[in-house]
Amino acid sequence: MGWIGDTVDSVKSIQIRQLLTQAVSLGMIVTSALIIWKALMCITGSESPVVVVLSGSMEPGFKRGDILFLHMSKDPIRTGEIVVFNVDGREIPIVHRVIKVHERQDTGEVDVLTKGDNNYGDDRLLYAQGQLWLQRHHIMGRAVGFLPYVGWVTIIMTEKPIIKYILIGALGLLVITSKD
Amino acid sequence: MHSFGYRANALLTYALTILALMCTIASLSDNFNFPSPSAEIQVLNFNWFQKQPDGNDEVSFTMNITADLQSLFTWNTKQLFIFVAAEYETPQNSLNQVSLWDAIIPAKEHAKFWFQIANKYRFTDQGSNLRGKEFNLTLHWHVMPKTGKMLADKLVMSGFRLPEEYR
Repeated sequence: MGWIGDTVDSVKSIQIRQLLTQAVSLGMIVTSALIIWKALMCITGSESPVVVVLSGSMEPGFKRGDILFLHMSKDPIRTGEIVVFNVDGREIPIVHRVIKVHERQDTGEVDVLTKGDNNYGDDRLLYAQGQLWLQRHHIMGRAVGFLPYVGWVTIIMTEKPIIKYILIGALGLLVITSKD
Repeated sequence: MHSFGYRANALLTYALTILALMCTIASLSDNFNFPSPSAEIQVLNFNWFQKQPDGNDEVSFTMNITADLQSLFTWNTKQLFIFVAAEYETPQNSLNQVSLWDAIIPAKEHAKFWFQIANKYRFTDQGSNLRGKEFNLTLHWHVMPKTGKMLADKLVMSGFRLPEEYR
């Protein structure tokens, strides 16, 4: 294959000046990705603007591997909204639907109960020991947009790290060998 | 310049751009649908109404739900999630929303329906304020798209009242 021969040749012909240009352009790619992510965080007001659905508890609406776009506004939480919440003592955030809301008259604090569309019972079993309600500070955002399948990329990469390294290696090689 | 890798990259980028554009257009096309859903809920019978040992009032009733939500479906609609919530105000809480029943409507053919059901989820108050309480029954729907923005809306039906005495 001439392609591989070319690749080896171009790796050999690298000069310092070219190397620096490539390092800079690689840095630009990484930083611009970071800028986009941080900008999304500012716009959506959520600490993770995009989440991947990991479980089937919201099927058939959301399947494993689908992507949800989150938004966290000051608007009060109401029943029917799909929220992403963190429970104390659990690492992974959960995406479920709000089924009960009790909002205080004096303080405006809310008690929220959630349930997965595909689950039989509500989420009290998932909450921390003895916890009956979610409060505002547990909730990271509400889902506003939906994109199917795209999340499989990250699921595969976290579950099969080899593929991740192969991919990063291939991309790195591509950057090094690209001539302009 | 015109190597295999370069061409594969260009093709992949182009395909992904077109796909993203099509998803965006599909989602935007939902804006041209102006639905006119209709619904009616009747409370037929209060099955029981008690104060639980923990001090919270709980009630169970049977209701009649008639609705025509066919106009909510577009080509970008995967399914409709609908639920009925009781909404009321108490001295302690400015808003209580309690989901009583829900369903998933997978296709337009099933979006015109009639149900007679008792509440599927417990109608429990935070405290003991339900005797003689006026409440709304609201039919909410959540349009879940094949791709793009999720839409939600509701129809509020007011003028329901719980019994004055436990039974």
